[in-house]
Amino acid sequence: MAQTMETMKKPGAQPTREDKSRGSLQRGENLWGIAFVSPMLIGVIILVLFPILATLVLGFADWNFVQGWDGIQWVGFQNFRQLLEDDMFIKSVRNNILFLLTVPVYMVISMTLAILIDRFVYMKGYFKVAYFMPYISNIVAVAVVWQVLFQPSYGPINEILRTLGMSNPPKWIADPNFALISIMLISIWISIGFNLIIYIAGLQSIPKDLYEAADIDGANGWTKFRRITLPLLSPTSFFLLVTGIISTFKVFDIIAVMTQGGPIGSTTMMVWYLYDTAFVNLKVGYASSIAAVLFGFVMLITLGQWAAQKKWVNY
Amino acid sequence: MGTRVGIDWRKLIVTIAMFAVSILFLLPFIWMLVTSFKVERDVFVYPIQWIPREWNAIQNYKEVWFGDYPFYLYYWNSVKVSILTTIISAMVSALAAYGFSKIRFAAGNWLFIIVLVTYMIPGQAILIPQFILYRNIGLFDNHFGLIMLGSFSVLGTFMLRQFFMGVHQEFIESAKIDGANHPRIFWSIALPLVKPAVATYAILRFIWTWNDYQNPLIFLRTDGLFTIPLAMQKFTSLSGEFYSLIMAAAVSAIFPLLIVFIIGQKSVIEGIALGGVKG
Repeated sequence: MAQTMETMKKPGAQPTREDKSRGSLQRGENLWGIAFVSPMLIGVIILVLFPILATLVLGFADWNFVQGWDGIQWVGFQNFRQLLEDDMFIKSVRNNILFLLTVPVYMVISMTLAILIDRFVYMKGYFKVAYFMPYISNIVAVAVVWQVLFQPSYGPINEILRTLGMSNPPKWIADPNFALISIMLISIWISIGFNLIIYIAGLQSIPKDLYEAADIDGANGWTKFRRITLPLLSPTSFFLLVTGIISTFKVFDIIAVMTQGGPIGSTTMMVWYLYDTAFVNLKVGYASSIAAVLFGFVMLITLGQWAAQKKWVNY
Repeated sequence: MGTRVGIDWRKLIVTIAMFAVSILFLLPFIWMLVTSFKVERDVFVYPIQWIPREWNAIQNYKEVWFGDYPFYLYYWNSVKVSILTTIISAMVSALAAYGFSKIRFAAGNWLFIIVLVTYMIPGQAILIPQFILYRNIGLFDNHFGLIMLGSFSVLGTFMLRQFFMGVHQEFIESAKIDGANHPRIFWSIALPLVKPAVATYAILRFIWTWNDYQNPLIFLRTDGLFTIPLAMQKFTSLSGEFYSLIMAAAVSAIFPLLIVFIIGQKSVIEGIALGGVKG
């Protein structure tokens, strides 16, 4: 991203005084430029830019899909005030914040696995594919399998736990106290492959002679990890942390397929609640205010990322 | 480094340990596959039968594909939507990427900033207006609308732009002197040079579209238009307790991606590593 920002400054910085033929050349360039980027630009304006503005506007309305355009009532900040007192919304935000815990967990696991795969194993290709399988698999198919595996009374996981001597294994996604944790575990399981691949790429960009120099100085494995691997992986870690945090705010599929926010609202999350409010309860205005809050969260993280990047990351 | 003779024992031990851990990632898939071959009453037999004692594979898959529920139709829908989205998205992205990197035009900067800003907008924050828009312009509940939603990926533009920037400007300039215009340069010089990147992006886009659950859920209503993930979920709720059938459907849903992934494994992994991209 930083790279894109820098290289952006180049085009367009054209001198203004030009002779006639250069002028017409530049006009040609302008036309071609517009022509090449316009399909993307038009698509993005209609399908992204216009909708985000509409979301922010609709957040101030009280409106139901079935009422038609005449049914719109502008209510100022009422939706946002209501959100602050809405138990389900607060629960959703709380669950979103709890879900953040998955990010450091799968990052640590992925980094460990990546180092082992990169340096200490045979058959690297097999491991990359094996750990990557959950990421490329259809979430619905994966969710269905886990649903069955986690089945409380006769599912394989609880059968195994009972064999191991646990007389009363948890009911997993059927139990309000365990449902969110179960979803988080599955989410970690899915995310490891992606993080692992990025970490392996990060490891491969560390110059080997740094380790050789450290060997000559008699550094042990732990020191090499602390002084070379960890700092030089920090851009990778930072990138994964930010994209990981942002992706927790977008969690939807797994909730929609496995729990529908239940049991008794224990796994509701912001996007699920948004979906439920807008497309099940048809409260468009209220749902738009949730969307605006979601947008705000993601914006804050993105801007925070830009500010923090310079400070934390060792290049 | 010294020459290595024989087996590195430490490496072998780590490999075995890692293999044990990798089972954790594969086991659910193996269970899925094995269960899809079983007769229903054997599904929950414990200890788990990793080799079915009674094979019912053909009947299970026949029931899923050609039974009451036409899986082949959803397959066709998914193939159609995924391929068209992939082609259009790759084309639109490549054109824009070339425009933003190889043509110096007046508003280029500003237009690129617009594209950059949209990259930060989470897709779910714009679902409601997209839905209203689609209802009003007749794109709701049809494949064309669904394809359009996946076709304007800013991510693809960024990814390919990095590669076009690697194409030397001299190539472009000398082609211009020879009288070639931009479409010609794009098609016969620049695009062939970044073909591997386009292929990588196309594979990723195919996987994401094939697996997309959220957009079909919101933008499709008619059963006959459903793509695999939606059909899969509906099948699950209809078949209720018939887990052997559900698993046969799940295997069918994952199988084509597995093929795409195994064929394009190198490009997928490199593409992900390179762009650090996420669907």
